[in-house]
Amino acid sequence: MDGTLIYTWTVVILVGLGLVAAVVLYFVAQKFKVYEDPRIDQVEAMLPGANCGGCGFPGCRGMAEALVKNDDIASLYCPVGGASTMQAIAEFLGKAVAEKEPMVAVVRCGGTFCNRARINTFDGARSCAVEASLYGGETGCTFGCLGNGDCTRVCNFDAIHMNPETGLPEVDEEKCTACGACVKACPKHIIELRKKGLKGRRVYVNCVNQDKGAVTRKACAVGCIGCGKCVKTCPFEAITLENNLAYIDSAKCRLCRKCVAVCPTGAIVEVGFPARKPETDTAAAATTQETKTAAEGGEQHA
Amino acid sequence: MLKTFRLGGVHPHDYKISRDAAIRVFDVPASVTIPLGQHIGAPATATVQKGDKVRVGDVIGTATGFVSANIHSSVSGTVTSVDTVPDGANLRKLSVTIAVEGDEWNPEIDRTDTLIKECTLEPKEIIARIAAAGIVGLGGATFPTQVKLSVPPGKVAEALIINGVECEPYLTADYRLMMERGEELLVGCEILMRALGVEECYIGIENNKPEAIKHLNDILAGGSYHKGIRVVPLKMRYPQGGEKQLIAAIMKREVPSGALPIDVGAVVQNVGTTYAVYQAVQKRRPIVDRVVTVTGKSLAHPSNLLVRIGTPISSLIEACGGMPEDTGKVINGGPMMGRAMANIEAPVTKGTSGVLLMDEKSSVRGTEMPCISCAKCVDVCPMGLEPYLISKLSRLGRYDRLERERTADCIECGCCSFTCPSNLPLLDYIRLGKAETMKLIRARQAQAK
Repeated sequence: MDGTLIYTWTVVILVGLGLVAAVVLYFVAQKFKVYEDPRIDQVEAMLPGANCGGCGFPGCRGMAEALVKNDDIASLYCPVGGASTMQAIAEFLGKAVAEKEPMVAVVRCGGTFCNRARINTFDGARSCAVEASLYGGETGCTFGCLGNGDCTRVCNFDAIHMNPETGLPEVDEEKCTACGACVKACPKHIIELRKKGLKGRRVYVNCVNQDKGAVTRKACAVGCIGCGKCVKTCPFEAITLENNLAYIDSAKCRLCRKCVAVCPTGAIVEVGFPARKPETDTAAAATTQETKTAAEGGEQHA
Repeated sequence: MLKTFRLGGVHPHDYKISRDAAIRVFDVPASVTIPLGQHIGAPATATVQKGDKVRVGDVIGTATGFVSANIHSSVSGTVTSVDTVPDGANLRKLSVTIAVEGDEWNPEIDRTDTLIKECTLEPKEIIARIAAAGIVGLGGATFPTQVKLSVPPGKVAEALIINGVECEPYLTADYRLMMERGEELLVGCEILMRALGVEECYIGIENNKPEAIKHLNDILAGGSYHKGIRVVPLKMRYPQGGEKQLIAAIMKREVPSGALPIDVGAVVQNVGTTYAVYQAVQKRRPIVDRVVTVTGKSLAHPSNLLVRIGTPISSLIEACGGMPEDTGKVINGGPMMGRAMANIEAPVTKGTSGVLLMDEKSSVRGTEMPCISCAKCVDVCPMGLEPYLISKLSRLGRYDRLERERTADCIECGCCSFTCPSNLPLLDYIRLGKAETMKLIRARQAQAK
């Protein structure tokens, strides 16, 4: 056989094989076809694509599938995309979404280096989870921030950082998407998602210590001692006291800031308000100034 | 050839500095703080209130549930508070604080030193007395002893193993007990054998304690004790004092993953526990004190002290010559498994086998470097686990995969961290992973019910 013949036959056989395989594959594909709603791809493209898991699904694809398949999508919410994304998706799918106020992660601990004395040194692995599994922490407060930065390592948006001056994490409100990754990572359950509030104004208890007042006071200068003054002062019944710890329900709070003024330790902080004018109420303003100074270290500046 | 266990293990220097210091009775302190949770399982329920008068040996807390233990007053005096007090790990635990007045004992307790050999009690009665006395594993694990002795139906105990290994470096409390209370210890063995209905008892002792081996053999040679009791010298190796390792070394039986020693027919008790059993059954004396080794390379007088439960640890250090200036860490227990203390005002509890004052130089952890995959940790793991992998998974938060890696089998002996050339805090992360795995397993069991 000469060379040309070999080449010709090779081409013919291979092309023939290819054609047969193509026909078989075509029929197999028709027979076992899985229908996928094309809208899933479109919805996925509309989502931010951060795959952070803040919605409760493993990633944006899972969320997109749920959005398309479920009739009632009121319970689904993408914290990263926020209201605008959800509105766009709702319009596209012709379904109704729940209105949700924007949230932000809030670190509820004011135990800076100067507010909370270190009574021992942790020498183990630099991880809050490890430290919490081993012992009560470096200070007399066994509830507060451990300062190893587990929350900063899980953030996908570069929105939470340790402040080396205070030893506490600080949230960058511009970047925070309220995905909740840091909330899950914190072994002490200090970080909470709270309403961002009108003009970024918030009032909250900057402490999670459940010890009795005397113990808390000894351990930290700005801890909640559970005195209950704020509960009595609040005109809107927004504050509850449980296990020696006050908690402000952001749904009920009307930002009157009376609790901030009466808190004896400065555990309640206000964020995002303009500086108070001295002439409005001299006495109240003076107290607030004091408490604000005490709470300064733990306060997050918007 | 001497016996030892099959898998893994390391050879730390034993530093038994306090080996020749005879047990010294430590003075009763001015006040004691007795935690209600000194054992594995549910903490005891307090039965006293502020202002109550108590005598030595009176019950101040009763066992809550099956896996729990009674707590007794170790002093006589007035209860000043029942409140949370920080423990050695700086965690607040419910404790009874008693101001000491005199030294009046509960009259039921026989305080004489006379040896009572005869024991004709039924096994049930023996176990009841042990439970009443609040005895827990005094080797450090503090598992309630009556639970271990109650053999579940369908299982048979074949042999009793007495753990006199004391494989932790520095600690000598068990060694001193074997040397000074040998007769009582052997009576304790007989009582435990009676309670379990076994005819064989092995006392495992490592060959770095030849005097103890000889001493117990001499007493046994007198012939007045049960013929089934035998001293087994073991080759020195850490962690031979681990229950499963000791069974492997003495009986050549492997306890399967997730199983208990009783599944291979063995019950292991520490020498301290055995001595406490003798006291409880023959003298009706509950745990009010225990032997604690206070030691350290720079400590002026390393000692073995008989201390009342609830005594502040700082006072023990004071009595042994004070805290040396170069102290880096105060460790509750031995250097391998013990935990650095965050609060030395914490009280001595049933599980306090030693207080080690480690100097700054040897307590410092080396700089952490990347894992070089040398697999030294795999070689030394006595449970046949892969510490580097478990540690890494735990660090990444992959708790779902940890169960497959048999993380729950880890005995936290610390061989992996001890041997790691990259100074990785392997055990720190494994402990975290183990705790999370146990949570997952418990949640699943609760759901199944």
